[in-house]
Amino acid sequence: MSESATEPTGEAAAEPDGPMIVARGLRKSYGGLEAVCGIDVSVEKGESFGFLGPNGAGKSSTMRMVAAVSPVSAGELRILGMDPATHGPQIRGRLGVCPQLDTLDMEISVRENLTVYGRYFGLSREECRRRADELLSFVQLTEKANGEVDELSGGMKRRLSIARSLINSPDILLLDEPTTGLDPQARHLVWERLFRLKQQGVTIVLTTHYMDEAEQLCDRLVVMDKGLIVAEGSPTDLIQEHSTREVTELRLGVGDHEAVAAEVKDLADRVEVLPDRVLLYTDDGEQAAVAVNERGLRPASVLVRRATLEDVFLRLTGRTLID
Amino acid sequence: MDLVLRQFDYWATTYRRTWRGSVVSTFVMPLFYLLGMGVGLGTFVDEQSSSELPDGVTYLEFIGPGLLATMVMMTAIFESTYPVYGNIKWTKVYDSMLATPLGVVHVLNGHLLYVAFRAASMSVVFVVVLAAFGVVDSVQGGIFAVLAAVVVGMAYATPVFAYSARMKSDNGFAPLFRLGILPMFLFSGAFFPVQNLPDAIQWLAYLTPVWHGVELCRNLLLGTVEWGADLAHLGYLAAWIVVGWLLARRSFGERLAEGA
Repeated sequence: MSESATEPTGEAAAEPDGPMIVARGLRKSYGGLEAVCGIDVSVEKGESFGFLGPNGAGKSSTMRMVAAVSPVSAGELRILGMDPATHGPQIRGRLGVCPQLDTLDMEISVRENLTVYGRYFGLSREECRRRADELLSFVQLTEKANGEVDELSGGMKRRLSIARSLINSPDILLLDEPTTGLDPQARHLVWERLFRLKQQGVTIVLTTHYMDEAEQLCDRLVVMDKGLIVAEGSPTDLIQEHSTREVTELRLGVGDHEAVAAEVKDLADRVEVLPDRVLLYTDDGEQAAVAVNERGLRPASVLVRRATLEDVFLRLTGRTLID
Repeated sequence: MDLVLRQFDYWATTYRRTWRGSVVSTFVMPLFYLLGMGVGLGTFVDEQSSSELPDGVTYLEFIGPGLLATMVMMTAIFESTYPVYGNIKWTKVYDSMLATPLGVVHVLNGHLLYVAFRAASMSVVFVVVLAAFGVVDSVQGGIFAVLAAVVVGMAYATPVFAYSARMKSDNGFAPLFRLGILPMFLFSGAFFPVQNLPDAIQWLAYLTPVWHGVELCRNLLLGTVEWGADLAHLGYLAAWIVVGWLLARRSFGERLAEGA
């Protein structure tokens, strides 16, 4: 894609160098239910920022407020320096929104989904056509341009949604769970395209419950749980702060877990017992593995790995299933 | 208005891709009714000559304008049910529009304009066909009848938009079609004068916008305009449009601004 399609518009260039998004004490309630319970967030220009959290944590509600489609219940929110309550259309004109569920139009062609959408932003027909072709090539859908949306695979639809969200050369790209439901190949292709946008300086805000996605794409992220921010930082910072450097996983026979856990308690900073394995959180996983061996324990398998965001996430939000 | 017109390409593209499917219901079906009832049944009715029709009016001339108003009503209602509900619930087309500078009112008006276009296009075709059957008294009468038919369509489209935007499932359409539209179609005064109905039903018929639309279209097409009565018909239809639109705006706002 050429630079022009993702560069901020002239209007945006005049923007003071303040943060792209600022929220203070931001709240959202639906009737009696508080979905977002007062969060503070600031996103800088060119940053890739992530909202992580289990289902129902308040990520999507936050995104809808940032997208200037859902009114703020309380607190302050400024997007591109503007208040969504008074400047909704102006803000939306400079955002790209890729919703959690594709909202593509099945009755018109792949390319028409882009050209028609560009018109909503007041772009000329010619400009819409030019950008549509550029974007289709960017998301590798040029061959499908005149095809039906229905014939596209899930990954292709998602890429088309991303292309559509870029039609107005947005200053901020909002992605709500961009790869949920995609197969691994499709996910990697989406990540790769998003990474390119990031390199081109597009400010990206995304929600996800995939930790690998957050580690790949986010410069900085917040972990949300029950409408509150429970941690904030870069993926590396968060791992350092909330986990150990490494994790040693011991797989044992059924029923041995609790007994083994007691025996190795002193070998790690923290020990967690799961139904199928025991996790030792430690800064030196190898050493822990050797020590386990020295104590005469013979697990079915031992895996030493680097701690991931997933360890942080589960530590912070718990392992209980949230539906 | 600019923000409403930005949706022109969308609706034009949609129409280009779907109009073939609607040809039968919007253009051919009215013609079948006209031939079957106006010409076929009409010959029979006219021969009985005990007709309660106004002086010198054949049955074809009587039901032609009535079919115009009722057929436009049906199309306008249908275009305001599944398409609106689907855009909210299934395809989420409105949501995608609202992520742009467009607001709820622009999205509402854009779709309503499309329904008005559908009503107008079928009215033009139908009035031209009526003219071919010699039912249209004057060119102005024909043009104003097209406009009147669009007004009838919108008097139905706006409240039905409000209704469709409130529905949680599409089960609500069956009662609307069976209990709302069918009786209105039959007892609209399109096929026989409503004076033939029992008093209570007659008054119900007077309350429906379509009866006013049938009267208005008939007077315009047959050149029997009565200013007082026809302006009253127009005013009554306009009132439905205004109230319907206010309700639709509220339904759209509540449903879409929070994405429930």
